[in-house]
Amino acid sequence: MRFGIAVFPGTWSDRDCARAVTLAGHEPVMLWHKDRDVKDADCVILPGGFSYGDYLRCGAVARFAPLMDAVTEFAAHGGLVWGICNGFQILCEAHLLPGALSRNQSLQFRCEPAYLRVETTVSPFTSGCTQGDVLQIPVSHGEGRYVADDETLDMLERDGRVALRYVAADGSAVGARSPNGSMRDIAGVLNQGHNVLGMMPHPERASEALLGSDDGMRLFESVSHAVRHGDSFANIW
Amino acid sequence: MQGPGENAGAVDIGAGLACVFKIESHNHPSAIEPYQGAATGVGGILRDIFTMGARPLALLDSLRFGPLDEPRQRHLFEGVVAGIGGYGNCVGVPTVGGEVYFDASYRQNCVVNAMCVGVVEHAKLTRARAAGAGNLVLLVGADTGRDGIHGASFASVVLDEASESRRPAVQVGNPFLEKCLMEACLELAGQPGVVAMQDLGAAGLTGSAAELAHRGGCGIEIDVARVSRRETGMSAYEVMLSESQERMLLVVTRERLAAVRETFARWDLHSDSVGVIFDEPRLIVRDGGDIVADLPVETAVSGAPVRQPVGALREQPQDASPPPPPSPWPAGETLLRLLAAPNIGSRRGIFRSYDHQVGGATVVLPGGDAAVVRVPGTSLALAVSTDGNARYSALDARRGAAIAVCEAARNVSATGAVPVGITNCLNFANPERAEVYDALRASIEGIAEACRAFDIPVVSGNVSLYNDAPSGGIDPTVVIGMVGVIDDVERHCTAAFSVDDDLVALLGPIGTELGGSEYLRLVQGAGDGEPPHVDLQLEARVQAFVREAIAAGLLRSAHDCAEGGFAVAIAESCLLGGRGAWVGIEELERESADPAGEAGILFGESQSRFIVSFPREALVQLHDLSSRRQVPFAGIGSVGGERLVVTGAIDVPLSELREAYEGALDAPA
Repeated sequence: MRFGIAVFPGTWSDRDCARAVTLAGHEPVMLWHKDRDVKDADCVILPGGFSYGDYLRCGAVARFAPLMDAVTEFAAHGGLVWGICNGFQILCEAHLLPGALSRNQSLQFRCEPAYLRVETTVSPFTSGCTQGDVLQIPVSHGEGRYVADDETLDMLERDGRVALRYVAADGSAVGARSPNGSMRDIAGVLNQGHNVLGMMPHPERASEALLGSDDGMRLFESVSHAVRHGDSFANIW
Repeated sequence: MQGPGENAGAVDIGAGLACVFKIESHNHPSAIEPYQGAATGVGGILRDIFTMGARPLALLDSLRFGPLDEPRQRHLFEGVVAGIGGYGNCVGVPTVGGEVYFDASYRQNCVVNAMCVGVVEHAKLTRARAAGAGNLVLLVGADTGRDGIHGASFASVVLDEASESRRPAVQVGNPFLEKCLMEACLELAGQPGVVAMQDLGAAGLTGSAAELAHRGGCGIEIDVARVSRRETGMSAYEVMLSESQERMLLVVTRERLAAVRETFARWDLHSDSVGVIFDEPRLIVRDGGDIVADLPVETAVSGAPVRQPVGALREQPQDASPPPPPSPWPAGETLLRLLAAPNIGSRRGIFRSYDHQVGGATVVLPGGDAAVVRVPGTSLALAVSTDGNARYSALDARRGAAIAVCEAARNVSATGAVPVGITNCLNFANPERAEVYDALRASIEGIAEACRAFDIPVVSGNVSLYNDAPSGGIDPTVVIGMVGVIDDVERHCTAAFSVDDDLVALLGPIGTELGGSEYLRLVQGAGDGEPPHVDLQLEARVQAFVREAIAAGLLRSAHDCAEGGFAVAIAESCLLGGRGAWVGIEELERESADPAGEAGILFGESQSRFIVSFPREALVQLHDLSSRRQVPFAGIGSVGGERLVVTGAIDVPLSELREAYEGALDAPA
């Protein structure tokens, strides 16, 4: 299958994502920000970085890129869109996902291992996991604190749209060790159709045991399984 | 493949690839404006690497500040760390290593040295050597403003009360623009028609144009009227001396001009054709129709005055230094205090504010000896480290500089990598003072001597002088940046005790020297005395032994003994692996017969030593290898449990070690 990988000026996880896609046995194809074209990708990744420098709110400029028109249309037709780090920020700015990502509670950039509990397997991104699995995937961001109003948070929980939650290594509540102080320790959320996922941690960096963890590959494998089998997760509740 | 004189040095690492690396200082700007000073230091060193056509793989930073309990020093420290992170994280090059020390000599002048390591295919290695009469000069990147004018000369004067008013001489960085510039330049490297690339650094267009022409033995003409500006009313003088950041000069053939400009345009980068290359070696500056300067290139790049200051030299320390005082605390508490010392404690708080994993290549994370970064698309990995103990240099400049090379090589060897070359940054006080000049000369000799012993080249470097103030200058600060190569990345080693029941051994001499040590700083306030001796031949043998043992798969961990000595090295290996150890030193004490006794064994900083751990089955082979390689090898204990026990001296739970170590750089609550 084919993963489209967005390249905005200032994107820097594009090549890391391409390597992870290749390791998973799939074809990466780069999507230039000025092109209104997802190039027949089966899944579009919006990777990490500082798109357009992110001198304004992170992702606030990227949402207006021509490529995002194509991505929005792709998502509206059920296409799989996966925002990682800056990609998550862009998806929130583009209103493809609810909520927003604000400055880390520590007020500092944090690059460190994080542990994520899989909260739902009803998504093409997590279908290969078991609910409750703890994945070791690093974070690297300064603005990754997920915030939304209570009503939105309740709705996300109720509809099984909280895909990943920060936990301690043993799966217990993360408490003060949260990398960013996200509300309800949310690390990744799905859209209503479950075909769009935003997450702050970097699964492409957890792609080989040599680099400390290969847990991120389980998400890439889930996506390829879902695409191969034409799984649809929309409106299943 | 490339020695000093270019933007950076280059070493062949096999597989058709070259490693390109350099270290550079940004001390003065950082002392005035820590965030931007450090950020633009990172930006400058990155440009030096990608100018050569190499993709930057890793950044390292070597920092020195005054005592951390002083508010101004904490302000500088936190500002510099934030600036390094702010720039590096945005550009997307991992910051994987470095070091930081705190000492009173840096109260007025902090040291901020940034190193970058990149990799390039041989064929794409690009030089900054103008050639080909009629070829065009392209200025790319940021528009030119009045920022940083006279930055270079500001960086070469003694800082005083008036320096604060020089804040405008500090440039402001734009890492996003740098990222775009980097991607565009890497696309262009090795393409036909791209003759040379040169970044704009000190003295702006003047310096870069002159260097391009000088290296190529040709002439260059720049028309300032064609330079895009961000301010109106700039004189030709200001345009030529502006140090606006994120700018590059390219020399391209006329036929390829349009294609090259198109590549930059794709990245939304502005490019101006500002000049032309010709044969006669002259530097001509015109402002439209008027010629405003015309001088031989030679005049612009050379002619620095040669001085040989005379005066009293610094007194060398007496060999008969008084015996070190005993520690007022039991050994266990002394260890905890050393682990909590700002010069030894954990740097995790710094590293986690840097993206050290972007690029998906960081195999050994910061916090051990050298960081290990895989070379994409190969089985190769690079081990990188910066080192330099200025306390030793203050006591004996030549020996201190040699030790800096040794320690860098030890850190690289501890990962299993073979050292392939160094870059160096020499940070000194005012060299017009005879003692400073003499220390500078002695340091260069020390570096050269050590590099000859290891048979490695010095491929690049940088000198920062006048780190001085009315109240006194900095200690001689030699920073060595070393790169080593591991052929098979799977065969790398870390400093962590990773398996219970493994055996622990001390490699190298027993050593009890406390001169210049952190122990002395702790118990008497300053690390005085004679710095540790170093036998370069023994050093080379011990390092070769460690590399051979790692390559043979015999070792499970290797960690060098540095600041804090034997006990701190063992404690660090325990903390990195999350397991305790039991160690006996009676035999070492008996053999050393040193009056410093226990304190010397535990906390002495004698050179050429590693703490290693290995499975029991490897013991016989390691013993054989050590006698064949003439390397002292002493089994001292084993890994396991939740405590670090040194019989008769130390018995401390791991949790207490961790608490002391992790809190070392915390701001007071």
